[in-house]
Amino acid sequence: MRPWMIVLALWLPFAAMANEAKPLAEDPVTEQRMIALSENLRCLVCQNESLAGSRADLAQDLRQEIREQIRAGKSDEQVIDYLTQRYGDFVLYNPPVKPLTWLLWFGPFALLIGSVGGLYAYIKRRGNRPVDEPLSEEEKKRVADLLGNNGNKS
Amino acid sequence: MKRFLIPLGIFIVLVGFLAVGLKLDPREVPSPLIGKPAPDFKLALLSDSAKQLSPADLRGKVWLFNVWASWCASCRQEHEVLLDLSKQGGVPIYGMDYKDQPGDAQAVLNRYGNPYVETVVDLDGRAGINYGVYGVPETYLIDKNGIIRYKHTGPVTVEVLSKKILPLVKELQQ
Repeated sequence: MRPWMIVLALWLPFAAMANEAKPLAEDPVTEQRMIALSENLRCLVCQNESLAGSRADLAQDLRQEIREQIRAGKSDEQVIDYLTQRYGDFVLYNPPVKPLTWLLWFGPFALLIGSVGGLYAYIKRRGNRPVDEPLSEEEKKRVADLLGNNGNKS
Repeated sequence: MKRFLIPLGIFIVLVGFLAVGLKLDPREVPSPLIGKPAPDFKLALLSDSAKQLSPADLRGKVWLFNVWASWCASCRQEHEVLLDLSKQGGVPIYGMDYKDQPGDAQAVLNRYGNPYVETVVDLDGRAGINYGVYGVPETYLIDKNGIIRYKHTGPVTVEVLSKKILPLVKELQQ
């Protein structure tokens, strides 16, 4: 093994670690619960980011709020309730099932069932077409005529 | 002929959904607080940090609660509109200086005029979170019983004022 390979092998794990954020709170359990919670919450400022991933000011405030509530012994549901009371269901990446969101939750399945049903009906109807029915005498004569005429011309 | 109607129908429904989706403003997050009591706070006044104001002090009148900050560009946009409104005197405007240095906020008011009866200072943004503030400016209309009746996100324009806010103020003041 060449010396530079050894150096590379020793350096690589540190290079991989360099991108990982250090835990902010002294208490890793709180931090983990906070991250797990905030990954399912939407940042209201940059709406396509989760609260965990956002660098927006409000997201930082809300993460701090979640940390404090966890430390105060609140359950995950209580923290989520706290946020939905203020920001509505919009903060949830997992919207609750209620009449307003039925289309969202069940629409795709209804569409799938509908299209599979439609496809099935279509194929079945096509399969029932009388394809193999033998030609009648009249039709046979016409075919022979057409083929015969064709042959004469060419 | 009839079989073309089904895909055409589906297409039209889809176009309808997409058209509605295009018209919706993703910045406009419906507030769950409408119809609910205005969250309580007790914050120091910008004009005199020894005094405090709480929504309970404003019971019995209809008021506008405007969340703003000196660092917020679109707050400057609505400042003019709010000044005009305060001169007309139809409805008192109370401000909340959100996550801001009181000195900076006072400088803005000194320079551009002060539309607010009073401004409270929310240094750490905690009161803002209780109001579901996710971007300044935001404006709440609160009725005599302390119930939030309307919320406007973004700068208040003359149009919003004349079409939405002022008619509602009149209705609530009766």
